[in-house]
Amino acid sequence: MLKHRVIPTLLIQNGDLIKTSKFKNAEYIGDPVNAIKIFNEKEVDELIVLDVSKSKEKLEPDYDLIEEFAGECFMPLTYGGGIKTLEQAGRIFRLGVEKICINSLCFRDVSTIKSMVKKFGSQSIVASIDVKKTLFGRYKLYDSSSSCSYDAKFLENHLQQLLHVGVGEIMLGSIDKDGTLSGPDLNIIKKVSEKIRIPLISIGGVSSLEDIKNSVLAGASAVAAGAFFVFHGKRRAVLITYPSYQELEALLN
Amino acid sequence: MIVVIDYGINNSSSVARMIQKVGGSVKIATFPEDLDGASKIVLPGVGHFDEGIKLLNDSGFSDSIKNCVLRLKMPILGICLGMQLFCESSEEGTRKGLGLIPGKVLHLSDTSREDLKIPHMGWNTLEITRPNRLLNDCSDEQRFYFVHSYYVQLRSPELSIASTTYGAKFCSAFEVDNIFGVQFHPEKSHRFGINLMSNFVDL
Repeated sequence: MLKHRVIPTLLIQNGDLIKTSKFKNAEYIGDPVNAIKIFNEKEVDELIVLDVSKSKEKLEPDYDLIEEFAGECFMPLTYGGGIKTLEQAGRIFRLGVEKICINSLCFRDVSTIKSMVKKFGSQSIVASIDVKKTLFGRYKLYDSSSSCSYDAKFLENHLQQLLHVGVGEIMLGSIDKDGTLSGPDLNIIKKVSEKIRIPLISIGGVSSLEDIKNSVLAGASAVAAGAFFVFHGKRRAVLITYPSYQELEALLN
Repeated sequence: MIVVIDYGINNSSSVARMIQKVGGSVKIATFPEDLDGASKIVLPGVGHFDEGIKLLNDSGFSDSIKNCVLRLKMPILGICLGMQLFCESSEEGTRKGLGLIPGKVLHLSDTSREDLKIPHMGWNTLEITRPNRLLNDCSDEQRFYFVHSYYVQLRSPELSIASTTYGAKFCSAFEVDNIFGVQFHPEKSHRFGINLMSNFVDL
């Protein structure tokens, strides 16, 4: 079996597929449904779709769009963006989504997350946390919905609180690496993976198969990537790719 | 008409979508009466054993399912928790299962090495243990998506049609006359799941 999953992650903004750099400068990539169709044909392990316009503007998830995505996915799909209540989560699961990803809710309403875990099972709840490295090499926790950042101590408590309510996976995003294709921050992957027993999904900076392997060696159970699977070459031409099962087997086993 | 049972804690829409994809006609049932006119049944499931069986019992689905499967001999496919609910009991809870097949549900920690994470989440392969109507016995490696913490232990292990190794070997699919169960998620397993679902539709 493949013990580690490799997960393309797509960002949506107002219905468009986009890609950011360090969480800024959204670049238009194309039609998300078309991209999902291609990933489906390439038999990806899983797919994560994050609607970044929903969390920032505090909007309701776009259920029609999510249903369209789920209809194209004959592999597990994780959706994130704008989920604040138990009812919204239930509605999204009924559309055919396997897991939901929550981020800003983790700062605001941990008891709702606890109810979600109880009702839908921990395997269906992914908590995402984004970290930023300071000039002095320390890590800060960043809340992109409010643009606030918190110190390392807060990050530690935040993580423990999420583990305590029983989320199934932690998705760790490295903001400085987002969209840069400059290699992952292996140090933070190592630090966080040592603190948790549930699967860690790392994201940010992957630019090669070697980076995926190194993330796994640093402790990631699954490696997600955005730019690596949608851009090709130095000029960042849009080309959707994904390694074959045989390539991944040779790389990760 | 293939009827997919929606008892509140499952992903019936994904399963229905895959049946449509392979050309089957499908209906999602939210009440036992919706089983009228069914030729086959699919019982998907995600979640807790006790909650699952309680929902089936309270809604009246349990009796209808037993009638269709045991008396009318209608083919039924249980997926993940659906497969586990066919058994007599589970370590996950205290309630009795549907009891369609002789077997019980055990926690994976009984078989796994300590360093393996539970739930068993991700892609894994099958070893086909005997000729059957659900899984093609091809030389190609078939892989499926698993998410579970419990597994089915059949009282007669020879009824198993495939096994999977996660720490230790467990039964990942069985066929007992008209009763089929799979621990993995065919609706989320690309062409491998499409083949399996197509075999079930064509039975």
